[in-house]
Amino acid sequence: MNKAEILIIDDEPQIRKLLQIILESNDYRAVQASTGREGQLKAANHPPDLIILDIGLPDKSGHEILKDLREWFNHPIIILTVQDNEADIVSALDSGATDYLTKPFRTGELLARIRSAIRRSQNTENKATVTCGELEIDLVARQVKRKGEPIKLTSTEYNLLALFAKNEGKVLTHQYILKEIWGYSYQTETQYLRVFVGNLRKKLEENPNNPKHIITESGVGYRFE
Amino acid sequence: MEFLRTRKYSKRNQYLLSALLIIATAALCFFSVDFIGYRAVALILLVAVSLNAILFDIFPVLLSALVSALIWNFFFIPPTLTFSISTPEDGLMFLMYFVIASINAVLTYKIREVELKEREEQEKAKSIKLYNTLLNSLSHELRTPISTIIGAIDTIKDNQTKISDNNRDELYSEIEIASYRLNRQVENLLSMSRLEAGFIQAKKDWCDLNELIFSAIKDNKGDLSLHKIEFHPLDNLPFFRLDGGLTEQIIHNLIHNAIQHTPENCVIKIEARHSDTHCIITITDDGPGFPASEIELVFDKFYRLNNTSTGGTGLGLSIVKGFTEAMNGTVYLENVAKGGAKFTIEIPCEHAQKTSLENE
Repeated sequence: MNKAEILIIDDEPQIRKLLQIILESNDYRAVQASTGREGQLKAANHPPDLIILDIGLPDKSGHEILKDLREWFNHPIIILTVQDNEADIVSALDSGATDYLTKPFRTGELLARIRSAIRRSQNTENKATVTCGELEIDLVARQVKRKGEPIKLTSTEYNLLALFAKNEGKVLTHQYILKEIWGYSYQTETQYLRVFVGNLRKKLEENPNNPKHIITESGVGYRFE
Repeated sequence: MEFLRTRKYSKRNQYLLSALLIIATAALCFFSVDFIGYRAVALILLVAVSLNAILFDIFPVLLSALVSALIWNFFFIPPTLTFSISTPEDGLMFLMYFVIASINAVLTYKIREVELKEREEQEKAKSIKLYNTLLNSLSHELRTPISTIIGAIDTIKDNQTKISDNNRDELYSEIEIASYRLNRQVENLLSMSRLEAGFIQAKKDWCDLNELIFSAIKDNKGDLSLHKIEFHPLDNLPFFRLDGGLTEQIIHNLIHNAIQHTPENCVIKIEARHSDTHCIITITDDGPGFPASEIELVFDKFYRLNNTSTGGTGLGLSIVKGFTEAMNGTVYLENVAKGGAKFTIEIPCEHAQKTSLENE
């Protein structure tokens, strides 16, 4: 299999260098761009398998670049951002970012995001079952097992879990989940989401207070792992 | 001289009151001039002007000096009820009166100016002292991890071959710890400057408070090896409409503070409950508590306890206060009877029972 090519768009040379080394030592090919314009040109000339885009570029807002890229670029785009800017993150995810990472980030986290984003973009065929640790979700029979034992879920609980499972490893915003499961008019009713996530955790997690599968992304949404 | 500083009257009132005092004195003298003679009246009026000088600013006093001089001339110096003065002696008296009254006003004004300058200098010295303390604690808190990182990297690079695997690993973890510490301080400074600039606005959304507490505990895990955390979540705790991010940071800082400033093996107890209108979070430790004289001060920016040996920038608790107030809440600190400190956070918010939401 060809090495996946990743385009890094970031104005900080140190971060580009670091990302380049991390990516190359993990068998990816890395291409660098220091401005939004250069990034867009490089992406157009030779579309990469994934783009890592710093949202705070000096020449052009990351959100604009994201929108421009999403006109034609279907592969994953992971955005890099500074902490404490949840509104920014949510809006980037809404305008087509696949996932996000906040600086400072851990290398393991970065690689996990890249792996899961690339895997999802390459496996477009619908999977019938999703296995995640001791969890097994059969999307055809609508059955869930934990350590081989079937688990009883209400239909909303199941729908929520299935949505998570289909997007394994990817952050889903509150608004997106509410829209998918409850419909448009529920997009701000996060309390429903909290109840059902709480119930799912009680049924699925070893320790619901320290969840390993349904991870809270504070102020943004949830991630299923 | 302290009373000279009181400038509790508005400009208009100062003019009004000083004129009133002069007129009242003049009226009294008018009825007694037959007994005391018109020259003594000048002295009495001078006393009134001096009183004005003590109480009011320079311009009302100068005005009262002028008015009283004219009054004295008009009503008292013969021929009365005219501005003319018949003898050179009275003319000299009149001139002297006006000069003395004005000197009176100017002198008091000068004393006030000197005092004001002194006070400003004192305040400046105080703020320089605060700035120095801040710089000292900040530079210590930032430079320690930076020195660790630079030193560790140098050692690893210089001694590539000689250094034992064990030592190298230890240096790597020192670098890791230092980076986290640096990151935390920078986060604190950023939070503080956002608070100062008024950038922090609570974004309310439904929150599972128990989850926020567990998450704050988890984030402190790295420093927790020597302390115990006790938290028994109430199963029927409703959801609250709060800013989850700010609330978690508040709890995180209070736990971190307790870990940093209590001896090993102390128990940190967290409770979450609610009233009709508020959610209430308490964090209690069984450490030595706070000196009573400093309880009021611990939430001040950059304040660190006297005789504190542990590091810190003195920002953690002021961020707690700032974030709590950003949600219109309050934070209290008290010492508990059997030893230890208790922080109570009360935030006004709506709540929703979980059970009423479960009907699909």
